Amino acid sequence: MIIKTKKDIPASEITDPLVFNNRRKIIKAILAGAVTGIGISPVSAANNSIAWPDLPRGDGSAGLLTPTPAELVKNYTNYYEFAFNKQDSARLAQNLRTDSWTIEIGGEVENPGIYYLEDVLRQQTLQEYIYRFRCVEGWSMVVPWVGFPLSCLLKFVKPLSGALFVKFTAVHQPEVMPKQRRNAMLEWPYVEGLRMDEAMHPLTILAVGMYGSILPKQNGAPLRLVVPWKYGFKSIKAVVKIELVRRPPVTSWCQFAPHEYGFYSNVNPAVAHPRWSQSSERQLGSGFFTPRRKTELFNGYGEQVASLYRDMDLRHFF
Amino acid sequence: MIFKIDNLRTKCIVGGLIPLLWLSIDIAFDNLGANPIYALHVRLGDWSLRFLCLTLAITPIQTMTNWRGMADYRQLFGMYAFFYATLHVLAYLVIDHALVWHMIGIDIIESPYIWFGVLAYIIVFLLALTSSKWAKKRMGKSWKKLHRFIYLAAIAAVIHYFWQLKGNLAEPLFYAIMVFLLLVFRILVWVKNRQLNKAMAPTARRVLTLAEEQSEIPETIHKQH
Repeated sequence: MIIKTKKDIPASEITDPLVFNNRRKIIKAILAGAVTGIGISPVSAANNSIAWPDLPRGDGSAGLLTPTPAELVKNYTNYYEFAFNKQDSARLAQNLRTDSWTIEIGGEVENPGIYYLEDVLRQQTLQEYIYRFRCVEGWSMVVPWVGFPLSCLLKFVKPLSGALFVKFTAVHQPEVMPKQRRNAMLEWPYVEGLRMDEAMHPLTILAVGMYGSILPKQNGAPLRLVVPWKYGFKSIKAVVKIELVRRPPVTSWCQFAPHEYGFYSNVNPAVAHPRWSQSSERQLGSGFFTPRRKTELFNGYGEQVASLYRDMDLRHFF
Repeated sequence: MIFKIDNLRTKCIVGGLIPLLWLSIDIAFDNLGANPIYALHVRLGDWSLRFLCLTLAITPIQTMTNWRGMADYRQLFGMYAFFYATLHVLAYLVIDHALVWHMIGIDIIESPYIWFGVLAYIIVFLLALTSSKWAKKRMGKSWKKLHRFIYLAAIAAVIHYFWQLKGNLAEPLFYAIMVFLLLVFRILVWVKNRQLNKAMAPTARRVLTLAEEQSEIPETIHKQH
């Protein structure tokens, strides 16, 4: 395999200076975050400066959704590499090293290579995407992500005809990730996957920020996948490798419990988890005595994505 | 002596309410984290299971220490297990589901982990209902049979805890081990008693025959045997 770094950028893709300056801010913010360690436990908003105050709204991002308070999103996240409970995850994730982050792109592509995140971001236009996020555990939130469509990155590396699936691999840092060090529960590093058409869908994004700031470490810094119509565990955090492959990748949760967590894992109230119902969800920020929200098929994004699964038995391909 | 025991009893009654007070303070000061309703479920369920384990531990402690008169405490802790289980169920119905019955119905039907919770609650409910001395007297032998179901309730409660987690099973493992140990203790005692009975049976029979020969035992005792 040829590994190229610091690729030449064709003239057609040179950014206009206004956008460029905006991106310098992003990169500065990311570097600053890497140095200072954003959000010290308990994770606070205090040292999260706004990196992107007024980003344009991305495609398919419904304007009607009210984001969940940021503090809740920062303090309620699963990160099994660090801990099996949410409090310890948020605390221990601060140890993650995110400096000089690279993303390896390989497999069935014309332009494989290892790219600096900084360089990847120079190619992309960041936008804000306000999405519902539904966890398989039965809770949900609304998050304003900052990111860019995955399809833009994939188009840049030029998929070959054999690229039928996309395999994502998360960071392996056993020295700061206690559960990786102990080989606990899942096979590490964490792996997720999408079918090519799911990966190319405009709703599928790679996020570098949320609430106008760079991603807190516990929320997947410095780069994570967000697939809003699938259960949260599909939206892999701290991505270091993206491979385009011929066969469906063996994803971490599916490998751990194949009868409970399928490859697709589309949000679907009609298909219960073998141990619990998926018919409703507790929205973070909703108070006592407030009924749970009825879970929607494809998490409410059916209009945009249902066609991807036409003629498929969603009960079988759960 | 009597005063002292009563004092301990009062302490236990008040002590059993501390988790509720603590929880109320956490609710009042918004200390339950980003998903307070889930935290509430876990807290109440945890306390119910803790009191259930405590209830189950009384008999082994009694056997090992020869400390008599603890049956009252067994009843008290059992009632607290029921009390927190009831709050757990009410929180689910009222606080989480706001009494939207069709959603509650779907949730229960589709969630096997809840079935185990329901089973545990029904048992604990029946035991609480028949926990008085009066009921114990009235029910005679069937009381003991019914109250042995507490083990089934404990096992069901532990499964209920395990099964609602995505994958991590470490948290409820403590309770699983507790219930397992308590159950093993009871089984060992039961096996030991059985062996003792078996060993004693021939002797007992010989004594009875001997007594019969001498016509010293009235007919009634014979029948009872």
